[in-house]
Amino acid sequence: MTVVAGPGLMGFITVFVLAAFVGYEVISKVPSVLHTPLMSGSNAIHGIILVGTMVVLGQAHGAAQLILGFLAVVLATLNVVGGFVVTDRMLEMFKPKGADRKPKATEAAATDTAAGPGSGAGTEGGGTGVTP
Amino acid sequence: MSRATATDLVYLVAIIGFILALKGLSSPKHARLGNIVGASGMIVAVAWTFSLPEVYSHTRNLILIIVAIVIGAALAIPAARLVKMTAMPQMVAIFNGVGGGAAALVSLTEFISLPGKSLAIYKICEILFGILVGSVSFAGSAVAFAKLQELMTGRPITYPGQQAINAGIGLAIVALLVVTVVTASTTVLVIVLVLSLVLGAIFVLPIGGADTPVLISLLNAFTGLAVAASGFTLDSTLLIVAGTLVGASGTLLTRMMSQAMGRSIPNILFSAFGSVVTAGAGPDTEGRSVRSGTAEDIGVLLAYARKVAIVPGYGLAVAQAQHTARELADALAARGVEVYYAIHPVAGRMPGHMNVLLAEANVPYDQLEEMDDANLEMPTTDVALVVGANDTVNPAAKNTPGSPIYGMPIVNADQATNIVFLKRSMRPGFAGIDNELLYDPKTTMLFGDAKDSLSKLVAAVKAA
Repeated sequence: MTVVAGPGLMGFITVFVLAAFVGYEVISKVPSVLHTPLMSGSNAIHGIILVGTMVVLGQAHGAAQLILGFLAVVLATLNVVGGFVVTDRMLEMFKPKGADRKPKATEAAATDTAAGPGSGAGTEGGGTGVTP
Repeated sequence: MSRATATDLVYLVAIIGFILALKGLSSPKHARLGNIVGASGMIVAVAWTFSLPEVYSHTRNLILIIVAIVIGAALAIPAARLVKMTAMPQMVAIFNGVGGGAAALVSLTEFISLPGKSLAIYKICEILFGILVGSVSFAGSAVAFAKLQELMTGRPITYPGQQAINAGIGLAIVALLVVTVVTASTTVLVIVLVLSLVLGAIFVLPIGGADTPVLISLLNAFTGLAVAASGFTLDSTLLIVAGTLVGASGTLLTRMMSQAMGRSIPNILFSAFGSVVTAGAGPDTEGRSVRSGTAEDIGVLLAYARKVAIVPGYGLAVAQAQHTARELADALAARGVEVYYAIHPVAGRMPGHMNVLLAEANVPYDQLEEMDDANLEMPTTDVALVVGANDTVNPAAKNTPGSPIYGMPIVNADQATNIVFLKRSMRPGFAGIDNELLYDPKTTMLFGDAKDSLSKLVAAVKAA
């Protein structure tokens, strides 16, 4: 089964090697404050396995495949949605700050609510984010 | 334009989004935007996937897909939004683990859905790689989660013959992989799956709790590779590229994180094996006396100091004391005391943990000093107020070769004129080793929950 019209094994290997270089080069000097958010963000990106699990479940026949495929889609969705939401929460510290310190508490609360739906929108079914 | 071409183009857009996301996430200015770009790429890719005949042609399967996504999202959103800041690393571990699990399941399902004998050798190899790496990542993340959640001890778990047992299981897996390639037997494949889960768990056991963030980063890279392997199995450029991006950048990030701790990756992963370090390796702290003070005494000490360094650690996070810490800093600043926070890069349970917490309490950026800058100021600092930190100020990292944390850079709280520890008990920190600084004649202890202690200090400073 093909997800996309593939360029053949050699083509895939080429893409793999190039992607490895890009992945290595694209993050350069990361300040230690950002180590964890970057880890969490890239964690969300490998949630792209969701696309693969959807194709597998879409094509599944028989109980075993259906169960395994269903489980895979649930796990992949957890990865994607959880990954992006957690990363967004970690990065709230980088949101623009007001000039004054006192009114900032209310201002921050307002931005929080505004950011809720956007950050929760990892998939369909997102957007219900309620900031604790 | 054919559907396949359109799919390729849409997926290419998603890939560009992921690359930009990684780039954005590595700079403070664009980190938040980067995450949003990544999420957008993901939404585009997933939404488009619904238009593929492979996904929508069987109505029953399509409904199952939608139900599964709704369940996953319904579990993930509250978990991710409600989790306390202190529990973030566990969440990353668990979300990483399930990704690895999903990749392993994709490979497994592909294997059983295709008639075994017709598979090309390289296909079987791709599937095996996906199952092996995905399972190791899944089980490893689960154990890392248990350690961080304190469902099990955070200390390294070692037992006699550990290295031999691990090597034995590794060799058994390699042998069974060869058998699977030759026979394409599903039974053998399931055994490989189980052994991979075991390998993932026992690989993580000897790694100490304090090193777990580096471990999670490594497992994150593993999951990326498992996803790339699934991409090869499914002939999907999208999965290959996204998985490989994470695999490569995650490996680099793991190296950066271990460098921030002054360690090498092999040292973190394997140092507990056959390690000769025992409790006796440090200076003998048995029977030495500690000095504990009252909040009033310490309040006076702080109020009449010229320069105070607050050194936060995991205890601050546990007690949710960041707001109270800021109150104390404000009270001191109101008296003209110069206050700064000395931030160890790996204080807490994850790099940047303290920055996140203090930012939540709206601590001004200019009061946050990275470790190296803080250490320049430490000799002229009157009081180093250590709030729930331990290992990150332990001089054993400098003075005791053979200590598990030897070589890790620390905040030099020992160089301040006075040291005050706010601590719940004399219990050692996450690395499980004693801290001689607690017994230093310059040190005063104030036992109790960090938040309570800080509130008392705020009152004492205001009264002083």
